[in-house]
Amino acid sequence: MAVIKTDHLSRVYEDHGVPVKAVDDVSLSIEEGEFTAIVGPSGSGKTTFLNMVGGLDAPSSGTIEVDGKQISQMKQNELIGFRLRHIGFVFQAYNLIPVLTAKENVEFIMLLQKKSKAERDKRATELLDAVGLGDRLGRRPHELSGGQQQRVAVARALASMPSFVLADEPTANLDSTSAENLLDIMERLNKEQKMTFVFSTHDPRVVARAHRVVTLRDGAIESDETRS
Amino acid sequence: MIFKLAWRNIWRNKRRSIISIASVLFAVTIALMMRSMQLGFYARTIDNVVSFYTGYLQVHAPGYEEKKSLDKSFADSGELATRIEGINKVTFTAPRLESFALISAGDITDGSQVIGIDPEREDQLTGLSNKVEDGRYLNAGDNGILLGSGLAKHMKIGVGDTVVVISSGYHGVSAAGRYPVIGTVTFPTPELNSTMAYLDLPEARWFYGATNRLTSLAIMIEGERFLNQVETQVTAMLGDDYEVVSWEDIMPEMVEYIAMDNASGVLMLILIYVIVGFGVLGTVLMMTMERMREFGVLVAVGMQKSVLRGIVLLESVILSINGAILGIVLALPSLIWLRANPIHLTGAGADALISYGFEPILPFSMAPEIFFWQTFTVLLIALTASAYPLFRITKLNSVDAMRTGN
Ligand SMILES: Nc1ncnc2c1ncn2[C@@H]1O[C@H](COP(=O)(O)OP(=O)(O)O)[C@@H](O)[C@H]1O
Ligand SMILES: [Mg+2]
Repeated sequence: MAVIKTDHLSRVYEDHGVPVKAVDDVSLSIEEGEFTAIVGPSGSGKTTFLNMVGGLDAPSSGTIEVDGKQISQMKQNELIGFRLRHIGFVFQAYNLIPVLTAKENVEFIMLLQKKSKAERDKRATELLDAVGLGDRLGRRPHELSGGQQQRVAVARALASMPSFVLADEPTANLDSTSAENLLDIMERLNKEQKMTFVFSTHDPRVVARAHRVVTLRDGAIESDETRS
Repeated sequence: MIFKLAWRNIWRNKRRSIISIASVLFAVTIALMMRSMQLGFYARTIDNVVSFYTGYLQVHAPGYEEKKSLDKSFADSGELATRIEGINKVTFTAPRLESFALISAGDITDGSQVIGIDPEREDQLTGLSNKVEDGRYLNAGDNGILLGSGLAKHMKIGVGDTVVVISSGYHGVSAAGRYPVIGTVTFPTPELNSTMAYLDLPEARWFYGATNRLTSLAIMIEGERFLNQVETQVTAMLGDDYEVVSWEDIMPEMVEYIAMDNASGVLMLILIYVIVGFGVLGTVLMMTMERMREFGVLVAVGMQKSVLRGIVLLESVILSINGAILGIVLALPSLIWLRANPIHLTGAGADALISYGFEPILPFSMAPEIFFWQTFTVLLIALTASAYPLFRITKLNSVDAMRTGN
């Protein structure tokens, strides 16, 4: 079943009165269990595409279906609730709340979902273990490296038990070892927990790890290849 | 965790938060000291004023305030006083039967108020026995008269002499009596000195032909702040058959003076609080603006804006209330001490007070309202200061916030 389905999706920005097509007529379907990269040079529309799929930005035209629901018509509060229940997010930076520890950052999203203390505790510990930070539960973000922070963000994204995780250039601020390491973890979670990942990147080494690569150019799909 | 989050956010920038809290603390401490002193002074002044003659409240027959006459008196054999004294916060009552009379000795005749009093209660209310100059104070059952010393002097009489008192009594009956002077009393003003004379209440009733009647019943209460409460209860208890007036009705100038002085104090406090409010506003504003990226992420991952607003509001409230609590904790010991050991006034003002028979001290008030209002004001500041940040959160767009940080 498709967890994400876009149909003739476009987004036009006004840049000093000149319309810029950031995303141009993208029709794309992403199935459960995929490990897909959205690639393309800077300015090709990756962020804009992911933001619309994640319900953070509204399309200029076209439709988006997430878990079988049209999200473009939803009201603000409804959309926020929908994101909480269906989508995990990892951003390029500023993912974590600086005053909360790694574990609290992961627990926090489950608190918003009104999960019990015991469940939050258990799942946060498990997930941080899974991303290799079992010994850093009590650290604040500034006490962690950039790579470790992104791993906490991945753990947080999974904590809410979403249908899929959207990661916009999660490795952009990382050195290559940390980037490899993050990809290892994401790939393992994809395999072991059947978590669907859609991530954007313009780093060829990261692209090489994807199972499916969708390439954007000037907002439109240039190619879409699946590897075995 | 919401509280934990708010609490830790406050301490993210320690110095800034400490300055904010300290400014609130400073304002609250100043405000408490100032208000406690002002309100203490008003309470004391009012207490002095009411115990000078009027009492806090007076009960009359309807129309007595309009036309002070024996015909506007009411019947009471003490049962009314008992009922009123049963009201919470009422300390005691003092009955009076007063009218105007002519007093003569030899060939000198003077006009004066001649007031029938319960000697013990009157003394409790006004401290009349302390004003005795010659002779002695009235006792219950006496059938002598107590004269203002000015009056006695003008009439060239003293203790032991006899005066003839003539007046028009209740319902126009003619009133006349002969009374030995048993004492003279001196008041701080010459006017009172020459226009006051006292009889024991039963004697006055007999004299005026007003059996069992009173012109007024003065009521003392535990303090000014219970005035409205007691006035409401007394009025409700007595209904339309009586007229209940407070010292405020009797002495509007005094009320006006206090209101003006009070207003200037409040104005100054408003000024202090506005300044402090801007400080808190600055802190809350910065605390919000520098976190717009973070807020963008939080809303993106699924935090409702109402929760986010709650956190920011909580931060503002914690910041202010901490200052208020610390301010109260800081001011309280001084206030308690100053209440127990009132400041002794000196100089001309003190002399004036002494000449009226008042102790020249400045007691601090510990009325709970003072503390309530400071806390309330500080909360109001917290709310006002977070208005703009809350508005920004409402308008927040995750994508823009994460891209540009606002
Ligand atoms: N908020 C915006 N306002 C105006 N133009 C924008 C905005 N966001 C993105 N764009 C433009 O849309 C195009 C695609 O941007 P983006 O989606 O960020 O690409 P990528 O993530 O691939 O670098 C770019 O030309 C960018 O300048
Ligand atoms: Mg981008």
